[in-house]
Amino acid sequence: MTNTYDIAIIGGGIMGCGAALRIKEGGMDPVVIDQGDIGQGASGVNAGTLSMQIKRVKLMPYAIKGHHEWQLMGEKVGFKKTGGLTLAFNDREAELLQERMTMKRDAGADITFVNPKKVEEIEPHLAKKIVAASFCPDDGYANSSLSGQYYRGRLTDENIDTIERFQVSEININSNGYEISSGDQVIKATRILIACGGLTKHVAAMLGEDLPIRARINTVSVTERAPRIMNGVIGHATGLLTMKQKDNGTVLIGGGWQGKGTPEEGRGAINPETLLPNLQLAQFAVPTLSKVRVVRSWTGFEANVPDFYPLAGRLGEKDNAYILGCVRGGYTIGPYISKLMGDLILGREPEMPLFDPNRVFNEDKLI
Amino acid sequence: MYDVIVIGAGPAGVNAAIEADNLGYSVLIIDEQGSAGGQVWRNKSSSIIDAPKTETSIKGNALRDALMSSNVSVKYEARVWHIEKCDTIWNIHIENDVLTSKNLIIATGAYERIIPIPGWTLPGVIGLAGATALFKEHMMVPGHKTVVAGSGPLLFYVANEIERLGGTVEAIVSLNSRFDWLKSLLIMITQPILLWQGFKWVTAFYKKTIWQSAPIKFEGADHIELVKIKKVDDDWKPIGKEQILEADSVCYGQGLIPAIEASRLAGAEHHYDETLGGWVPTIDDMGRTSIEGLFVCGDNAGILGALAAPIRGKNAAQAINKNGVVYDIGKFERFGKAMTALSIPRAGLLNLIDTDTDVCRCEGVTRKEIEHEIITGAQSPNAIKSGTRCGMGPCGGRFCADAQAMINEHVTGKTREDIGLPTARPPLRPMPMDQITEELNYDDLPIPGVSPL
Ligand SMILES: Cc1cc2nc3c(=O)[nH]c(=O)nc-3n(C[C@H](O)[C@H](O)[C@H](O)COP(=O)(O)OP(=O)(O)OC[C@H]3O[C@@H](n4cnc5c(N)ncnc54)[C@H](O)[C@@H]3O)c2cc1C
Repeated sequence: MTNTYDIAIIGGGIMGCGAALRIKEGGMDPVVIDQGDIGQGASGVNAGTLSMQIKRVKLMPYAIKGHHEWQLMGEKVGFKKTGGLTLAFNDREAELLQERMTMKRDAGADITFVNPKKVEEIEPHLAKKIVAASFCPDDGYANSSLSGQYYRGRLTDENIDTIERFQVSEININSNGYEISSGDQVIKATRILIACGGLTKHVAAMLGEDLPIRARINTVSVTERAPRIMNGVIGHATGLLTMKQKDNGTVLIGGGWQGKGTPEEGRGAINPETLLPNLQLAQFAVPTLSKVRVVRSWTGFEANVPDFYPLAGRLGEKDNAYILGCVRGGYTIGPYISKLMGDLILGREPEMPLFDPNRVFNEDKLI
Repeated sequence: MYDVIVIGAGPAGVNAAIEADNLGYSVLIIDEQGSAGGQVWRNKSSSIIDAPKTETSIKGNALRDALMSSNVSVKYEARVWHIEKCDTIWNIHIENDVLTSKNLIIATGAYERIIPIPGWTLPGVIGLAGATALFKEHMMVPGHKTVVAGSGPLLFYVANEIERLGGTVEAIVSLNSRFDWLKSLLIMITQPILLWQGFKWVTAFYKKTIWQSAPIKFEGADHIELVKIKKVDDDWKPIGKEQILEADSVCYGQGLIPAIEASRLAGAEHHYDETLGGWVPTIDDMGRTSIEGLFVCGDNAGILGALAAPIRGKNAAQAINKNGVVYDIGKFERFGKAMTALSIPRAGLLNLIDTDTDVCRCEGVTRKEIEHEIITGAQSPNAIKSGTRCGMGPCGGRFCADAQAMINEHVTGKTREDIGLPTARPPLRPMPMDQITEELNYDDLPIPGVSPL
């Protein structure tokens, strides 16, 4: 590994791979480095929901663009546009739904409110306890299990070097750029992009940057193949449930219930105290699910900063160091925001503003 | 809260439980079957309860009696779906209940290795271990004209049982050569009784045994009709001319694989040891794992068979105490290893897996698809699973993980240790949702705060 790359991208998730593709297209020579196989982090284990209704208001324009990218990737990533419902089972949730979905609609999502009769037409298997619901025809999903296969293929097609099973443990800066090492192996590059998902804090610290990143430990479950019991994406006013039934009949159940563990320690573990309410809520919404067998439950890490907005821009005061991560709904938004990031690195003006990693982080508020 | 929970009521688990009880601990033993006995000393179903006794049913009854007259609490027909250690306490999740203990002994046994060849999923083709369950629980034979094929001692045991129960063995197709067996029998020379038994089995079917051969294809319209076989070389690669056998049933398998899902979920370190059947928990001579308070015994700790199991069980219970006594399993270990050695997969076996054969029967993933995924860059079991769905179905990869790893080994040249294992995830068995959850009182739903707007 004697040549010096124009940029070393640490992290082969959606963020890193997406940026690499854009950067290569713009004429630079990137290398993608991952400690494991490409696309086996959050990008490979997430629930795959491409729902406008669960996106944050300020991120909506990015989500709409991201959704479009997934649509273009199509069958290779298992893309499906099914439409999606968000449900409220009591007045408090109905109020929440009204307030939130109105704001999301105003931000550009095609969301309408639907009455229980219409809900029954869309999803006949839903519990007849619905007080209010909203619908978005654009909602759908892709198959996150295919992220690795898809991006590996794209990187190969574009002749982008990938170095897998290379766990970056040290990064040194010198006059020529960066030396990225794992044990006694070294990769050299003029620029660096950190896109390490749940481990972004850990890797940024190798450059002396202390970012207030925490990792959420999201839980997802999948069932055996079952007869058709739902047609589209089903969500809950609180965001605590997302469900969809794939073409093969398996049902994926998520909702951001928190498991145990830290990204530094491994892949995390489910917590029965949160998994079980997640499954209870799923059965409450779709009673026929109760006889269906759960085949597997797992966790993945989703990094965030206190304001829950992305880190996407230059890292600290350093020359040629960039960071991309902490994108809420990052599966949906990833393919788009990583393009913007690529543009910034290529010295182009990104189509939409990025998110300065050096901002002051207020709790849940963008400055 | 118990001092000790034992998962798995086969000979290892039950002996562990009784020993722990004798040591004064409060003990609970859990099994998904309706009674103790495990695979080898499996209880008969009630319809055949008056059937004549066999050696295994006598041993099984003795085991069940001993358990009954102990203070060990039992929980049958209970499926453990999750195991977690919280501080120093083990939480064992069965259905919608959580049992707790200070120590955990895992004795979940083994399942069989079945090399996928064309037609292996045809009705009428069953596993060798699956066949033994048929005999023991229901006294049924698999058909009228049975081919018994594969490797190791189970071949002869199964053939013997089929004929004892009135079936007909068409042929035994043994991967092992006579010489392989001779070597194994020699190790048993210090064990005259076992040697005699082994000798009896092999000689009884000597004429019906086709040595150093393997089925290459099972054929039939909608049920097994023909078994095509070939000779194999010393590496178990098929060679020479095809021979055809007629059969209405096949018992097929290549030895046993330790059932390590539970000890992996519990967080123990594992390593690969082909002489013990594959991946096994890393333990000391008493069954102490890398995790404090976690012990393993029986075939899930390495395939040593039913004779070693009771002693391994007792040792695991003794291991709870730092100064516990160690019972010697030397001779049983040697015997067990000699038997396991007969089924250590050899490289040529891979040639039996045709490129268009489903390796993963749950998801219908062929060898070709797996190879393609590896060649195009997926190398870890997680990545191969993600890209192909191999191992994503209800069996949780139990039946395809080994063949998938053999293919990986072949394509990448990596060792099994380097290839590693997919991440361990619950549930340990597919669980109907309403069996692991209580009905929801909606107002009790713990809402941790809504997501940021
Ligand atoms: C369980 C779960 C469910 C989710 N559900 C959804 C959803 O339904 N919809 C949605 O839009 N979003 C969802 N998300 C969010 C989305 O998955 C993430 O935002 C997105 O995948 C993040 O991509 P990434 O590339 O930043 O991170 P990752 O995919 O985690 O990639 C980071 C990569 O960096 C590598 N790496 C880390 N450290 C090192 C090192 N030292 N050296 C080398 N490589 C290293 C890792 O191996 C990994 O491959 C979910 C997240 C999780 C965890």
